[in-house]
Amino acid sequence: MPEALRRIVVENSDVISKSWLDEVTEKRKSDYTSNISDALYHSTNQEFINVIFSSINRRGDTAEMDDFAERLINLGWPLSYITDGLQTFRRVTIEFILSQSDKVDTYEFSRILKIVEDWVEPIINQLVNQYSGSWEHTVSLQRLALQELSAPLIPVMDNITVMPLIGTIDTERAKLIMENLLEGVMKHNSEVVLIDITGVPVVDTMVAHHIIQAAEAVRLIGSTCILVGIRPEIAQTIVNLGIDLSKFPTKSSLRKGFKKALTITNREIVDLNDAKDEDITKMLDSLK
Amino acid sequence: MKTKSQVQINKEWDIVGARQMGRELAKEMGFGTVDQARIATAISELARNIYLYADKGAVTFEIEEDLNKKGLKIIASDQGPGIADLSKVMEDGYSTSGGLGAGLPGVKRLMDYFDIVSEPESGTTITTIKWVR
Repeated sequence: MPEALRRIVVENSDVISKSWLDEVTEKRKSDYTSNISDALYHSTNQEFINVIFSSINRRGDTAEMDDFAERLINLGWPLSYITDGLQTFRRVTIEFILSQSDKVDTYEFSRILKIVEDWVEPIINQLVNQYSGSWEHTVSLQRLALQELSAPLIPVMDNITVMPLIGTIDTERAKLIMENLLEGVMKHNSEVVLIDITGVPVVDTMVAHHIIQAAEAVRLIGSTCILVGIRPEIAQTIVNLGIDLSKFPTKSSLRKGFKKALTITNREIVDLNDAKDEDITKMLDSLK
Repeated sequence: MKTKSQVQINKEWDIVGARQMGRELAKEMGFGTVDQARIATAISELARNIYLYADKGAVTFEIEEDLNKKGLKIIASDQGPGIADLSKVMEDGYSTSGGLGAGLPGVKRLMDYFDIVSEPESGTTITTIKWVR
């Protein structure tokens, strides 16, 4: 019976393809692929139906299907295109088979259903697996990328280090910040660390708590932590929340924080031009 | 007319989703940057409380329109363990999780209206409103 059905379906692939294509095209009007050109859409449909038939014909040879799915994934076609397409295919095929036989009892009907199901199911499973595999891969890559830029430490000068924070701080990142901070302070032998929060969108109690803890830990190993980049609206929310940041110095900008750091390490910025002018005036004065 | 939208809180990153949605809404409604930051921070606190203490819950946004004023209503609800002593959690510096203990009283100061209903063992609902000035 399955073999006979398979033969019928394969022999009549033209009719089934045609009604499938009609239905898929009809469905397209209200949907996701509207920004894909008609020509590409039709050629992809054609290829899709060919791949389905060749998969049925060859009883589960999936190489062609793999290839096709990989191309769709790379082009960014939605998964729903494939699942919708296969569901339509199942319906169209069953309709066709039923229309071929004049009378079908329930037993036969459920058998036909099951056979067609057995063809379509593995294809759907395989494609969904392939799609989700590619998503998982992307997500894990992005997580790695995010972790890499999560808490960088930049030694800008002897004894002065800057840690710019950008984006949302969650528990995992907070841990990383603390570790990197302490490790970096030891490694670069920094006297002052500037934590720049210009790029942190929201400072709630959790973020503040982690920053306070990090600063306290830095203090324990003998360095000073300056919190810089506090925007006015963040300053107001911190005050509203009632967070006490009085234990360590804060500055509005990295520039001011850096100046403060220089003062702490007994240094200052000297403009060479000014210095030269001064020298000349001194020289002239001494000549008088 | 009321517009409603909801964000489910199941994992830590959902806090960011809720915050983003609240900020977008606040921006559309014409809140200034300081109030936007206040609203985002309040949502962050409420959503984090759900995540920390109740595991899961939802943050609902409604646009509240009175005769002469418009506001953003934020409802944070969960079916968690509830809060045993309401007056205590509204005190500054009280925390059961080793945090700063500024969350709820902070939210109250950030927003214009604040109401909390909590039943032990059956959950907590916090309703807050910020009016557009």
